Amino acid sequence: MAIKLKELAGKPERLAPGHRFCSGCAEPIIIRQILNAIEEPVVVGMATGCAEVATTMFPTTAYNVPWIHNAFENAATTISGAEAMYRSLVRQGKIPERDIRFIAFGGDGATYDIGLQFLSGALERGHRFIYVCLNNEAYMNTGIQRSSATPRGAATTTAPAGSVIPGKVQWRKPLTDIIAAHRIPYVAQAAPSRWRDLMQKARKAAAADGPSFINVYASCNRGWRHPTDATIDITKLAVDTCYWPLFEVENGVWKLSYKPREKKPIEEWLKTQGRFRHLFQPQFRHIIGEIQAHIDEEWENLLKKCEA
Amino acid sequence: MVVSTKMALDGAHAAARAMQQINPDVLAAYPITPQTAIVQTFSQYVADGEVDTEFIAVESEHAAMSACVGAAAAGGRVMTATAANGLALMWEIVYIAASMRLPIVMAVVNRALSAPLNIHCDHSDSMGAREAGWIQLYSETAQEAYDNLIQAVRIAEHPDLLLPVMVMQDGFITGHGLERMEVLEDSAVRDFIGTYKAKYSLLDIDHPITFGAWDMYDYYFEHKRQQTDAMSKAMKVIVDVGEEFGKISGRSYGIFDAYAMDDAELAIIVLSSTAGTARTSVKELRAEGVKIGLLKPRVFRPFPAQEFVDALKGVKAVAVLDRSISFGAMDGAGPLFLEVCAALFAAGLKTKVVNYIYGLGGRDIFPQHFAQVASDLQDITATGKVKSLVSYLGLRE
Ligand SMILES: Cc1ncc(C[n+]2csc(CCOP(=O)(O)OP(=O)(O)O)c2C)c(N)n1
Ligand code: SF4
Ligand SMILES: [Mg+2]
Repeated sequence: MAIKLKELAGKPERLAPGHRFCSGCAEPIIIRQILNAIEEPVVVGMATGCAEVATTMFPTTAYNVPWIHNAFENAATTISGAEAMYRSLVRQGKIPERDIRFIAFGGDGATYDIGLQFLSGALERGHRFIYVCLNNEAYMNTGIQRSSATPRGAATTTAPAGSVIPGKVQWRKPLTDIIAAHRIPYVAQAAPSRWRDLMQKARKAAAADGPSFINVYASCNRGWRHPTDATIDITKLAVDTCYWPLFEVENGVWKLSYKPREKKPIEEWLKTQGRFRHLFQPQFRHIIGEIQAHIDEEWENLLKKCEA
Repeated sequence: MVVSTKMALDGAHAAARAMQQINPDVLAAYPITPQTAIVQTFSQYVADGEVDTEFIAVESEHAAMSACVGAAAAGGRVMTATAANGLALMWEIVYIAASMRLPIVMAVVNRALSAPLNIHCDHSDSMGAREAGWIQLYSETAQEAYDNLIQAVRIAEHPDLLLPVMVMQDGFITGHGLERMEVLEDSAVRDFIGTYKAKYSLLDIDHPITFGAWDMYDYYFEHKRQQTDAMSKAMKVIVDVGEEFGKISGRSYGIFDAYAMDDAELAIIVLSSTAGTARTSVKELRAEGVKIGLLKPRVFRPFPAQEFVDALKGVKAVAVLDRSISFGAMDGAGPLFLEVCAALFAAGLKTKVVNYIYGLGGRDIFPQHFAQVASDLQDITATGKVKSLVSYLGLRE
């Protein structure tokens, strides 16, 4: 399972260059890392969102692999239909077995919000597929609206920071926990800054004999308001502040993938992004403390789960 | 040689039986009265190994159609079944299935749309989906529902079309009504539908295809034009397949079922099970010397406009019965009426046409209602005047 850069560099690209993502977007980095990590042939489904519109404007396509977009909420179900067809045709001897892996990508809006029921249903039915959430913590494709993945305190266009309300008031939804509660074979959280970890997780997900899920942290510089060359640094900081811990749940066993040597204060990370700028105003500053306390509590909980 | 077995089946079981014989590669469905018997019966076929189908017991109808789209793009035969709220819930993907040109076949057991919640028959569900790009076949009986489903596979998969097909039957009236019908031999159905080889498949990993790319204003219009062109080719395919089906079953199908229309001066147009009652009434009225006939359309999408014009030439007054309302349309008329009017007007025919809304939420319709309709039509021909463009049958005002 060792991931060797040299070998990867020689592999044909599954997501071709020439797509239309904004420069500095984390989504194409993650899609490439995942598709290139998986060694088997793949069939890809994708929800409506930035990744979909950036890669497949007719008559062009950036995919060198079979790919389908159906709608915003149903990427998991669409790929489950393709997977069921594959099993049916192979079982009937109508097509040869090709060891295909089925992968669905959805943004946080597609996954945490509008598509949660679809994902939950497909996981419960036990289709063998990998679901990847490209989590940039808002509906970016439609112009930075809040989702249930948007963190408390972030400004979005439907939870803007005003003089009275400091951006989004609610905490983000603990989706990875919710998915883990489905007791599927493999669940993980990952980030493109630790690419080897992410690619290894993609391989583990591909090897799982059943549904698997990877929640990947995906900076959007347009929505988060940071320079286009800061994507990986900001992602690293999200991991080092324990805001975005890297872990996996393999057959019910929780395991931390990375423990920062020194847990950095969240303020350091918050100040890298314009979406949190208002938190540094005197009337909202207390929220930074609340966020820190919340992260500390969640981190402790995660450590307990991983030690148990 | 026609080999078939006579059986007593209700419409839902007849549909399930057709599905078993079609033996789709994938079926994704969700229960809803009065369709439930279809998904339950089919599940039993799966449990008993009587089909090769991969059955996806989804968590909603929206998911049913979503899974059908993924499965159909993966190159095999795909079916589903639903009714009313279920069809409404899958709306978004009903359009997507047609626009992606996926030949999915869906059994619809017609039921009223909420609110108020009502599980009984009317056509508000499938009529609401009339612009979705699906071919629509309406069935009068369990036999027709069975026959139409088998033909639907051939129609949908025809290379000139690649369009999904909905096969309707009336909830409870047909769906739950036990009827004596003929079931073909499995092998006859298998031979009739043949094998399906999709031109493009997601599973063809050596020839990767992108399905569901998005369009700007520079392509969307052309794609819609292709879609409507395919629909315009459907009528011929439907007729050809209907004729061919006659050869294996002894029951050939066309666009309409016409009864006593040859010398008719008055005509009633009605879909599905109500045509049975209408036929009896027409027979009685004929015995009384009223020159009335019945036209039961089987195909609503594509709409057989020219065929209606031909069938209604020489008729002086026509009553179109609708089991749904197109809310806000001219005088609150029903969709069948509006389309018939449009067809006759475009052809320059001056035939008087009136509309009757009936049977909403499962309200029964009786022979005396048809006697009323016939007498109204006689008044219209006698006076040349239409008193009421849209009326209601069996309604307490
Ligand atoms: C049923 C439906 N509702 C709303 C939309 C509009 N819409 C398209 S993409 C999108 C947001 C996507 O957000 P996310 O899933 O987080 O992906 P991102 O673009 O951020 O990568 C929305 C709201 C839609 N296409 N379909
Ligand atoms: S808006 Fe954000 S998520 Fe979308 S392509 Fe641009 S950087 Fe990426
Ligand atoms: Mg997003």
